[in-house]
Amino acid sequence: MKFLDFFRSSSKRNSSSVAKERLQIIVAHERRRASSPDFLPRMQQDILAVVRKYIPIGEDQIKLSVDRSGDCEVLELNIALSETTGK
Amino acid sequence: MKKKSGNKSRKLAVVEETSATEEAKKLATVVVVTSGKGGVGKTTTSAAFSSALAQKGYKTVVMDFDVGLRNLDLIMGCERRVVYDLLNVIHGEGSLNQALIKDKRIENLYILPASQTRDKDSLSIEGVERVINELKERFDYIICDSPAGIEKGAVTAMYFADEALVVTNPEVSSVRDSDRIIGMLASKTRRAEQGLDPVKEHLLVTRYDPSRVDRGDMLSATDVQDILAIPFLGVIPESKSVLVASNSGAPVILDNESDAGEAYFDVVDRFLGEERPFRFMDVPRKGLLSRFFGT
Ligand SMILES: Nc1ncnc2c1ncn2[C@@H]1O[C@H](COP(=O)(O)OP(=O)(O)OP(=O)(O)O)[C@@H](O)[C@H]1O
Ligand SMILES: [Mg+2]
Repeated sequence: MKFLDFFRSSSKRNSSSVAKERLQIIVAHERRRASSPDFLPRMQQDILAVVRKYIPIGEDQIKLSVDRSGDCEVLELNIALSETTGK
Repeated sequence: MKKKSGNKSRKLAVVEETSATEEAKKLATVVVVTSGKGGVGKTTTSAAFSSALAQKGYKTVVMDFDVGLRNLDLIMGCERRVVYDLLNVIHGEGSLNQALIKDKRIENLYILPASQTRDKDSLSIEGVERVINELKERFDYIICDSPAGIEKGAVTAMYFADEALVVTNPEVSSVRDSDRIIGMLASKTRRAEQGLDPVKEHLLVTRYDPSRVDRGDMLSATDVQDILAIPFLGVIPESKSVLVASNSGAPVILDNESDAGEAYFDVVDRFLGEERPFRFMDVPRKGLLSRFFGT
């Protein structure tokens, strides 16, 4: 490390390392989205409609995703029930 | 001083390489120069890369796919010789021979210009296929200069590719776009659709400024490699000589003084399977004092 860098970098983090971190997140996110089937959003809406017949839930309480673990594809459905609903 | 030894090895390589073209006739390799993001150096790279290949003795044609915004002919300095273009050939208004422009400075090099006037949609995959198949019989390398974007024009340019140069600048939006292009190379090309071996990808980081990387305000070539995870072909330094070359309409490899030109020669050598030390990745060494104070 250069002598003057010692003072420069101690106060502020390098913008290039910020850029790298942001890119790793963006790219991982976009790759996941590109590899997931495009019917997912519609399917999520349909499931939401069915669940709502019985339990009042909001849009953000349901989450549908496809994950790959090894050779196996897993369709994961998460429905979060808040305290007041359900019981 | 370094430069001189670089030039010498370059000449030696030319002698070795010419024999390669005398081998049994095989169909041309199609190479797309692509990026997603605009203005990162695709056309500069297409011009330099094809010129260097031709100079090494390979029969090379460089095709402009940027319909409506053609500028390869300007970079190659042959704009006044354009009569027929790719779309004329596709629509049967001129022959391939009439459209191909033979470079005046470099033996073995031809340019196939894009149309300046027609709208983009008239460039059909089927039409391009006919032209490329005909070129494949006559050349060793077909270099396709892709337009920016991720729409039809970019897909058409990459569709028949065997190999791809993914041109990336060390900044966030360019790397992100390159990642999308890499995804398309794996799904939207002929090789992907027909289940053939995948398009062979090469990462080329252009407009690289090692001093800014050192200061921590530019992504390093290693950072870009980490994220994109495709084989690395090298960097092209940010260089004033690129603008000078485009001003005069001569590919930058013709400038013997140019660092970018030398970097392109290295890149072509590596592309052809030769080993070359990676240059232009570090800040030129300075005196002890200035190193200490980091100016
Ligand atoms: N290594 C370099 N050093 C300095 N300037 C460069 C370098 N490479 C490219 N440029 C400049 O960047 C600009 C864009 O280059 P170029 O036209 O090759 O990009 P492009 O990717 O083909 O653009 P488009 O997407 O519009 O087709 C030009 O002004 C060119 O001179
Ligand atoms: Mg261009």
